[in-house]
Amino acid sequence: MKKSVFLGALTVASIAAGGAFAGTLDDVKARGKLNCGVTTGLVGFAAPDANGEWEGFDVGVCRAVAAAVLGDATAVEFVPTTGKTRFTALASGEIDLLARNTTWTFSRDVDLKFEFVGVNYYDGQGFMVPTNLGVTSAKDLDGATVCIQTGTTTELNLADFFRANSISYEPVPIETNAEAQQQYLAGACDVYTTDASGLAATRATFEAPDEHVLLPEIISKEPLGPLVRHGDNEWGDVVRWTLNALITAEELGVTSANIAEMAAGSNNPEINRLLGTEGSLGEMLGLSADWGKNALEAGGNYAELFEKNIGENTPIALSRGLNAQWTDGGLLYSPPFR
Amino acid sequence: MSDISFVRTDMLPEQEPPATTVGFVGWARANLFSSPLNAILSILSIVAVLFVLSVILPWAFMSSWNATSLTDCREQIAAAYGPDHHGACWAVIKDRWVQLVFGFYPPYPIDGTAHLGSPPEGAWPAYFRPIATFVLILTAVAPVLFDKLPRKMLLITAVFPFLMPWMMWGGTFWNPVGAMLGFGIGYLAYRFIAPIAGSLAGVIAAALLPIIWWLFLMGGFASTMQSIIALDIPTVNSRKFGGFTVSIFIGVVAIVGSLPLGIILALGRQSDLLIVKALCVGFIEFIRGVPLITLLFVASTLLNIFLPPGTEFDIILRVLIMVTLFASAYMAEVVRGGLAALPRGQYEAADALGLDYWKAQRLIIMPQALKISIPGIVSTFIGIFKDTTLVSIIAILDPLGLTAGIRANAQWNGIYWELFAFIAFVFFIFCFSMSRYSMYLERKLKTSH
Repeated sequence: MKKSVFLGALTVASIAAGGAFAGTLDDVKARGKLNCGVTTGLVGFAAPDANGEWEGFDVGVCRAVAAAVLGDATAVEFVPTTGKTRFTALASGEIDLLARNTTWTFSRDVDLKFEFVGVNYYDGQGFMVPTNLGVTSAKDLDGATVCIQTGTTTELNLADFFRANSISYEPVPIETNAEAQQQYLAGACDVYTTDASGLAATRATFEAPDEHVLLPEIISKEPLGPLVRHGDNEWGDVVRWTLNALITAEELGVTSANIAEMAAGSNNPEINRLLGTEGSLGEMLGLSADWGKNALEAGGNYAELFEKNIGENTPIALSRGLNAQWTDGGLLYSPPFR
Repeated sequence: MSDISFVRTDMLPEQEPPATTVGFVGWARANLFSSPLNAILSILSIVAVLFVLSVILPWAFMSSWNATSLTDCREQIAAAYGPDHHGACWAVIKDRWVQLVFGFYPPYPIDGTAHLGSPPEGAWPAYFRPIATFVLILTAVAPVLFDKLPRKMLLITAVFPFLMPWMMWGGTFWNPVGAMLGFGIGYLAYRFIAPIAGSLAGVIAAALLPIIWWLFLMGGFASTMQSIIALDIPTVNSRKFGGFTVSIFIGVVAIVGSLPLGIILALGRQSDLLIVKALCVGFIEFIRGVPLITLLFVASTLLNIFLPPGTEFDIILRVLIMVTLFASAYMAEVVRGGLAALPRGQYEAADALGLDYWKAQRLIIMPQALKISIPGIVSTFIGIFKDTTLVSIIAILDPLGLTAGIRANAQWNGIYWELFAFIAFVFFIFCFSMSRYSMYLERKLKTSH
């Protein structure tokens, strides 16, 4: 029984305080639900639909992990987090996993005591300008006014870039992407800069997208990935290998369409190990043997998640670029399932 | 005899007043064009108003209600009103108003995954519980607001603070019963201990015993009773609260909780007991010295760090407590203003009648002090209700928080003013009604002439 009602919850606080920190994996299994931190709304990555169901690329990672651990892709409690609350939410145990387009940086990994388990999207900071400005390179932006979200890594990258190229700019600080769209369209700034995926999504919503161009320069590395708390390596492994399973499945050609057939057994031993018909990888992780199959059935492999949420047939229309498999010239490279 | 009279003997018939002093013309001459300066100012204001309306009205009314996405909206508006017209895309409200009102609250809590329109077997009507809660709020508040209603309705008012959280969160019915019993225990403690050990000991016991009950015994009581007689409804996780439901929920709890707390704090601040006074002054000044948003951050992040890891302390509950404390500090100062405005003679008259402290407060002081404070109290209520939108910053999806989520859908990305206009409209209705009610109440309670 959930005793969160009224003053009784104070009791729960004091009683639950006695409970020791078991492993996150055991906690999740005991709870029967995965608490997954997502953004309060970012096009293509996480957003609630009209029925309140969360959808998106980051959401797909949450669902895959829930399916791998609990065998049920819907057993996820999505906890919306803002840029300000995300790290405390994870550190305090309110969420088990943060999949919120968070850039993997040294200080977050080391100083904030988190563990980035991999990268699910390689992003980079870009610039968008109106076509009639006649700018073709970010280096021509001397003296431009730039709309920039405060308190993000993009702000620091921008300062670095302009300093390195000894050109000047005037920042127009804004709080949210929606506000930035309005300011930029109203002409309050010449340039809007944020992650290239965000720029593409923003541009897609304009009445006249052709009147705006994305400049070719990408001025930063933004590897976005799911992260967990330091010091719980079993749980970190579960999330890491779930993500790797999605990537490997694409490489091996396992899709949600053919997974049932593949799971019956195939000639490729790695597929068999991934789907649990051979070897004991699931057991090593403390999961059921068909964990990989469940994770893949949640939303398909990496390519399927990509195409469904942010790929070229969606309004955001991102090409795979760096996020292609290593065999196609991208950076996705999962260690072997062995 | 001359018949010439220099004095008129019969009255002239009344004439119509000149056309320039009656009707609209007369009104306009008197109010808008009474002097050259006024005339200029009037014309300028009218031009300004017309200009604003000429922008807003076409935007608001030459709009689209039936589109399925922003692009579709733009196409429909372009087809209907020409390509250069910028019309509102109200279709987003039509598509998402249910979510803006109820957040993620499951329409059929019996099965949390069921979607609106496809009720599972044996389910209550969609959103029965939040709607019933809202109706309960109205019924509970009505007898307080309008004294012509039957006094028996006050019974509903008395139980509603206990029923409301239960109806929203669900769980066993024995929880609200247990919470109510706490107040019973407090009353009994005062009743039996005060005659034996004196009034002060009675008050202390009446405060302490219920807290002990709530903290340590109520959980056991509720689960025992639940195992004997099972009376429960499906629980709904706090994370599912959102939209106007969460605004109204937080607002109502803060309003209902802050008034009694504020009165107690105001009395404590006026008290002669040193420790009570110091505690109250310290609390009020501390809370008033920090912005609400800081308290919300404490609730959402700092508490997480201080509390032991794994502690399940409901986020909505934390916010409720913080907002209520915040509101009660302001309420205390408003009530103190009312107390200070009472002439000294009223206190002395109460003493002279031989009333004890509580009776004097209840019968003489408070009715007058609260009456004086009504405008301030209602202002605080309105302020608190609007301040609930701050919770979007700590990722509780109130209407403003939901706008980000709605915009993050590919079909509505890029929409901006329509959502804010709708939210502002709903808030305006609530705040304006509160404000009108307070004016009505002031007129009704006015005893001076």
